[in-house]
Amino acid sequence: MDVPEGRGMIDSGATAFILVCTALVMLMTPGVGLFYGGLVRRKNLISMIALAFIAFALVSIQWVLFGYSLAFGSDIHGVIGGLEYALLQGVGMEGDGIPDLLFMVFQMVFAGLTLAIVTSGVAERIKISSFVVFALLWTTLVYDPLAHWAWGGGWAASMGALDFAGGTVVHISSGFSALALALVIGKRLGFGSQEMAPSNIPLVLLGGALLWFGWFGFNAGSALAADGLAASAFVATNVAAAAGALSWLCAAWIRGRPGSVGIISGAIAGLVAITPAAGFVDPMAAIPIGAAAGLVCYGALLFRVRHGWDESLDAWAIHGVGGIFGALATGVFAVAVIGGVDGLLYGNPGQLLIQAVDVAVVVAYAFGVTYILAKVIDAVMGLRVTEEEEYVGLDIAQHGESVRV
Amino acid sequence: MKMVTAVIRPEKFDPVRAALEADGINGMTVSEVMGRGAQKGISLQFRGKTMPVELIPKVKIEMVVPDADVDRVLRIVREHGRTGKPGDGRIFVLPVESICRVRTDQSDPSDP
Repeated sequence: MDVPEGRGMIDSGATAFILVCTALVMLMTPGVGLFYGGLVRRKNLISMIALAFIAFALVSIQWVLFGYSLAFGSDIHGVIGGLEYALLQGVGMEGDGIPDLLFMVFQMVFAGLTLAIVTSGVAERIKISSFVVFALLWTTLVYDPLAHWAWGGGWAASMGALDFAGGTVVHISSGFSALALALVIGKRLGFGSQEMAPSNIPLVLLGGALLWFGWFGFNAGSALAADGLAASAFVATNVAAAAGALSWLCAAWIRGRPGSVGIISGAIAGLVAITPAAGFVDPMAAIPIGAAAGLVCYGALLFRVRHGWDESLDAWAIHGVGGIFGALATGVFAVAVIGGVDGLLYGNPGQLLIQAVDVAVVVAYAFGVTYILAKVIDAVMGLRVTEEEEYVGLDIAQHGESVRV
Repeated sequence: MKMVTAVIRPEKFDPVRAALEADGINGMTVSEVMGRGAQKGISLQFRGKTMPVELIPKVKIEMVVPDADVDRVLRIVREHGRTGKPGDGRIFVLPVESICRVRTDQSDPSDP
């Protein structure tokens, strides 16, 4: 995501395209809510969808107040942005290729989506007041620095790490943060002894469909122009999703029956893995990247189940592990004719090393900061609802609403 | 013949069903229901106020068994459906007049 050069020229084609892409990415946030909502028990279905909307609304305000500035303000030691854009000062209708305001809101929908993915880790047991506090602190302390490192001129960008649309910023960060949260908040009551099957699989598939659809805006839009690179990223995105869906389907089929949740999970695994790579690899490279991501993430899911981690909506397995795989695959498959940088396969092994360093730091930062943040909030106000509220379900206990039988 | 109707916690259905099956009791009709007992549901605290939840989801299992098996069924449902806290449910035992099979014209009082 390079900011186009040449101040003052607004490209109407690019502006129209990014406006549409922004709306597409926005739809991914309720998409995550529907995806997660269908996966939980019926008594928590509304709660999961509501968490996605709350996440989006909170980040929307935080971003225009100071979040955008922390991520994209002038660089301070490669770590964080300055506050000159706070309250959108100096962010107006002028811009480089697209209006600054459009760039700001395009970045905002990514931040909202990322927080929505994190809710996986606290499904069916989070106290909503604690989530609001956690959400504001997390997006400020974890998301904003990570966005600055990759796209705002921070150390990762200076080092030459490639992250086209958010493999580290969005996916590794949300996946490992969800795992840290799940470990701090603890397992759901009855986890391991009671069956907790998805209550509404059509809703999971609908949410997955919205994610796949919105991902075109996410990846193609990250070209920040309506050009050939956007088209290349668009094609790579779809190819990776399809390859991931099919590889997960086959792996699940070998072990039993090919469930529909597995197919859509495989598609999302492919989409996650192609996210950092979409603008750097040839669309044909999306086949091995997507297919391998389906298998790697399925393996991560089985690993998670074996270890009894109650991160049961699998943000870690799909977004976290898929994000790591995608970031490394970018260092392998990148080719200069697409994005200007060669990877391992094209004679530049150093790129893979840079990608690995970036991944290691982001994993450690996201997991570590989230773990500490969750511990502090748990000690101060308690992350979790009471046992009785958890039994009745968060829909009634937290929202006073329920899905009719 | 007796009809045994057990209204139990949804999360206890699987262990109860497995235990009944292990003891050779397979036939049952199962429904998801809402209900309440003497406590009129439960109350949650919300911002210092009491918020009643009057109906709680339960699973209802209906089984028709020979008189001699009733005690065994009751024992299994109690053993595997119990948490010890209010809300574990109730078991009702009713007499059954006759059993008619739909597939054939057979009416056999000792059908199951």
